[in-house]
Amino acid sequence: MSSVLKISKNAEEGLRELLRFLLEKKRVKAVFTLRKINENGTVNYSLITDSDMLEDAVPLFPLMPQNAGKLLSRLTLKEHLSEPIAAVVRPCELRAFIELVKRKQGSPENFVFISTACPGTYPLEMSVNGDIGKKIPEYEEGVKNGNIVSDIRQVCKACEHFIPYSADMTVALIGKEDIDKSCEIFLNTEKAKKLVEGMNGELIKGELETQEIKNLRSMRQEQRKKLFDEAGVEGLGLSGLVETFGRCIGCHGCGRVCPICYCVLCDFESRDYECDPSTYESELKKRGGVRVPPNTVLYHLGRLTHVSVSCVGCGMCTDVCPANIPLSTIFLKVGEEVQKLFDYIPGKDVEEAIPLTKYEKEEFAEVED
Amino acid sequence: MKDEFEPRIIGFLCNWCSYAGADLAGTSRLQYPPSLLPIRVMCSSRVDPLFVISAFLRGADAVLIAGCHPGDCHYQEGNYYARRRFACVRKVFETLGMELGRLRLSWISASEGPRFANVVTEYTEKIKKLGPNPAKKKVFL
Repeated sequence: MSSVLKISKNAEEGLRELLRFLLEKKRVKAVFTLRKINENGTVNYSLITDSDMLEDAVPLFPLMPQNAGKLLSRLTLKEHLSEPIAAVVRPCELRAFIELVKRKQGSPENFVFISTACPGTYPLEMSVNGDIGKKIPEYEEGVKNGNIVSDIRQVCKACEHFIPYSADMTVALIGKEDIDKSCEIFLNTEKAKKLVEGMNGELIKGELETQEIKNLRSMRQEQRKKLFDEAGVEGLGLSGLVETFGRCIGCHGCGRVCPICYCVLCDFESRDYECDPSTYESELKKRGGVRVPPNTVLYHLGRLTHVSVSCVGCGMCTDVCPANIPLSTIFLKVGEEVQKLFDYIPGKDVEEAIPLTKYEKEEFAEVED
Repeated sequence: MKDEFEPRIIGFLCNWCSYAGADLAGTSRLQYPPSLLPIRVMCSSRVDPLFVISAFLRGADAVLIAGCHPGDCHYQEGNYYARRRFACVRKVFETLGMELGRLRLSWISASEGPRFANVVTEYTEKIKKLGPNPAKKKVFL
């Protein structure tokens, strides 16, 4: 059983109350959360120090405008935080940040992580066309019933890691019938318990891993299998890859938004990646025709081998793809297999080294010949 | 005989062991098929998965990565990392339904000239049976 702070307000209002409390009592210097810019469902991540500005904070809004892991890395890339900041992020965003920390691209020091039992988010395009506002009642209904909410992103429907691994506080949402009236915040660390001392609300004991959560996990696992089967990832083969990635317009947006793709000097962005005239000539001689620009399959296979071991399956790549390539499904599947190989869950534990940076003397004899 | 398929294998050989092993095979006048195109790297761990994929997509019939035996790496542990990385590329290939038979990792020491000749002979035979890399036929890569 864990300690739970129960606030008699609806889930979002309760969380906002907590953030306000933390700011006003100076327990944190700032709050990092989603904030709405208009009523149409356009939100972005913001740092807030003025508690009056929390009016516009929508910490639980079902949209991921960017993977916050990448943003937290940018905040702490040059130096770790000198004063505490409370960051409200989704489990996959937290995992992405932890993966970046392992790559020395940020520091978790002085962060207070507030996360949720995550019901998933809607695709970005729904925020652009303003549909998302109409969807909110349906979303809340799904969350209360502990179902997979319809129309959320494919990867969210298939996500098994929707309970955060290393959050200081976790807002329980899934399967809670009374989220309109009460907000339950699980205090996972001693730090969290200290921070909320004196806060209006009731301290009770509770279990985060409820039957509803277990049910949802098995529903999502089923959905995951279905997603992979429908996409036919394993049957793609070379022809399938050429066909699937043939639609790619080469904007490299998937890499730009990917929290794991952090290299400043990316091979694929460099001049070395461009082909010499002699290469075109030799390829044309061999094949009689060549795609322009070439190396699209190389780009995606290259990203797959570089990223898959740490892919958290956040789904940003699919969200931004203008050619509608099911990138996150492919990355999720390949990531799952590679991660299984090394018995690794990306972003679970900041102390656990990335598999490709360590080794055992006796292993993988089956890959040697 | 003229039309017989002669595979082209790209070999990434580590400077300290496998490249020297290949040299030894040569100076020992051992016979092996002329199918391997060697590329010398300072360590098997220098081989980025991109090199392998690039060679494969450009139409190499197979890729060989060869380095020092485990425990004998000139840089103490490079080949252990190379093995993990290779396992990772292999898994990506496998998951996407691509041919695993065209990737190979072998340990060949500087004194193993005969082993080098054997590996190349054996691998060439295997690739001959597999046939040319289908990536050659793909116009749009």
